Amino acid sequence: MTMQIAHSGPLTSSDERARAREALARDNLRTEPKAVRIVVITIAITFLTVFVVLPLVVVFAHAFSKGIAAYFAALAEPEALAAIRLTLLVAAISVGLNLVFGLVAAWAIAKFDFPGKTFLITLIDLPFSVSPVISGLVFVLLFGAQGYFGGWLRDHDIQILFAVPGIALATTFVTFPFVARALIPLMQEQGTQEEEAAISLGATGLQTFVRVTLPNIKWGVLYGVLLCNARAMGEFGAVSVVSGHIRGETNTMPLLVEILYNEYQFVAAFAIASLLAMLALITLIAKAVLERHLDEGQDANDH
Amino acid sequence: MTIEVRNLVKTFGSFKALDGVDLKVESGELVALLGPSGSGKTTLLRIVAGLDWPDSGEVLINGEDALAQGARERHVGFVFQHYALFRHMTVFENVAFGLRVQPRAVRKDEAAIRTRVKELLDLVQLDWLADRYPSQLSGGQRQRIALARALAIEPRILLLDEPFGALDAKVRKELRKWLRSLHHEINVTSIFVTHDQEEALEVANRVVVMDKGRIEQIGSPGDVYESPASAFVHGFIGESIELPVQVEGGVIRLGDRPLRLAADGLAPGASKLFVRRHDMLVGPPGSGAFEGAVRHVRNFGPVQRAEVALSGGETIEIDAPRDKELRAGDTVGLEPRRYRIFAGA
Repeated sequence: MTMQIAHSGPLTSSDERARAREALARDNLRTEPKAVRIVVITIAITFLTVFVVLPLVVVFAHAFSKGIAAYFAALAEPEALAAIRLTLLVAAISVGLNLVFGLVAAWAIAKFDFPGKTFLITLIDLPFSVSPVISGLVFVLLFGAQGYFGGWLRDHDIQILFAVPGIALATTFVTFPFVARALIPLMQEQGTQEEEAAISLGATGLQTFVRVTLPNIKWGVLYGVLLCNARAMGEFGAVSVVSGHIRGETNTMPLLVEILYNEYQFVAAFAIASLLAMLALITLIAKAVLERHLDEGQDANDH
Repeated sequence: MTIEVRNLVKTFGSFKALDGVDLKVESGELVALLGPSGSGKTTLLRIVAGLDWPDSGEVLINGEDALAQGARERHVGFVFQHYALFRHMTVFENVAFGLRVQPRAVRKDEAAIRTRVKELLDLVQLDWLADRYPSQLSGGQRQRIALARALAIEPRILLLDEPFGALDAKVRKELRKWLRSLHHEINVTSIFVTHDQEEALEVANRVVVMDKGRIEQIGSPGDVYESPASAFVHGFIGESIELPVQVEGGVIRLGDRPLRLAADGLAPGASKLFVRRHDMLVGPPGSGAFEGAVRHVRNFGPVQRAEVALSGGETIEIDAPRDKELRAGDTVGLEPRRYRIFAGA
């Protein structure tokens, strides 16, 4: 290069000019009049307050309306403790199953080409498009006394409906898409080159998965697990159909909230509800953190 | 180590990626597979590496049937166009990967692995980057790390898929020279794929020109440039003027104009005349085989590039020395110093 910049001003002034230009560009982008901007923002904030923040506040207000002692007493009830235990157990089972299914499905879809792939992708979304009540009824039809496997199950003395297995199955079905959905785009974008590199360097399939694939998708996996868990703990419709509402045995937290509310035990109902609300808040925060990690992963991927 | 492929065929659906390819690479050679995209060169490379499988044919590495082995057992170093570095590992761990995944029985101990990785990073002159992550490196650095990683397993052969394809022109030129001297140093049998003729001609001992799943010509860089074996090779390598001509009764015609060129030994029928741009000599009107009007001239580098509308109707670009200035509107005679005619439209 032979041309030289003849003269350049001090760095600070050119910086200032750049900033001023940026500010101008920003203002020029805002073409709407100020009044319109204020109205739009006000509507959005009002809506959020009334429909999102207010209900959350009301839940906690009701839960603590008779004091902290009453709140903890409600949570210490054997029925409440049983519901919490059952909810945690069911969530653990369904998250575990969906983690495995989701990984396998995403792996198959992202890394291989096979006939029926599009159909499989569509099928994964089925639980999202079906009403949870229907999802529950499907299991009643399959495993109920009059169902396809009902007779066989009774002969072998296996209880699925109105017991933990039924609740876990229904929850797993309803929450199936979360992990797969989180992983498919991520794995598709990452492609297979790193895996190919690992294999050509002498790694076995298992080594490749553990050392290369898994570290690349771990934030995506956590993201899927988080959403899957939130839905699993909060699921009402499908679980309600298969649970049988046996007190202290097959009531999950959402089911117990409804029962207590119908019995006018408002403090107890909202105390359990407040736990679910807290789960939601924690999920939101964790989600934000994970999304940041996922973005970082994307940046690192940017060649 | 020699590499030999025999009658390799590979189709993707209805697309014939490889259509009967035979190639033998001698020990210590650095061979370039050159061709346009879709010519099958990357497919050929991936089949040799074991990352793809042919429909039929044979692959022999050092005389042994390589198709009986998976990619893992072939002991082949592969460098990807987009580096494929492990993004969550440091540069050091990337290079160490091939050593760490070896079976316990033959795996080196930690100290030996460290020494080896250090050696390799020295070899690619990037030892100061050991603790960085791939995302913190420039493209050229990433590709050198990818090469160090491939060399870590002491591969029997080295395969590079468009190794400089994703880099900018200046870095590319540097790395080309570097790759050649590195190959000289380690002397491992290597094949690299490229669509850049300059890269192929400058780096390789031998160039394999491919088109539509077939090998068009194999030869030294000089051979493929000076005596192209087919119309495709002539058109693809070097900058050529291509004119459709008719050969009949010992006369070559461009449109309805006979050209003052010898037609000895040419088969009659529609043919293609090829001349390198710099082989078209400029003279006064009526002096050469062609005549035309200069449309416009661009001056850069050691030559002037002129667009000339031939009286037959075609417009061609020529590279003329700058000693005699050409101007738009000039009428000139053009005489090809060297030319080749290939039969077929």
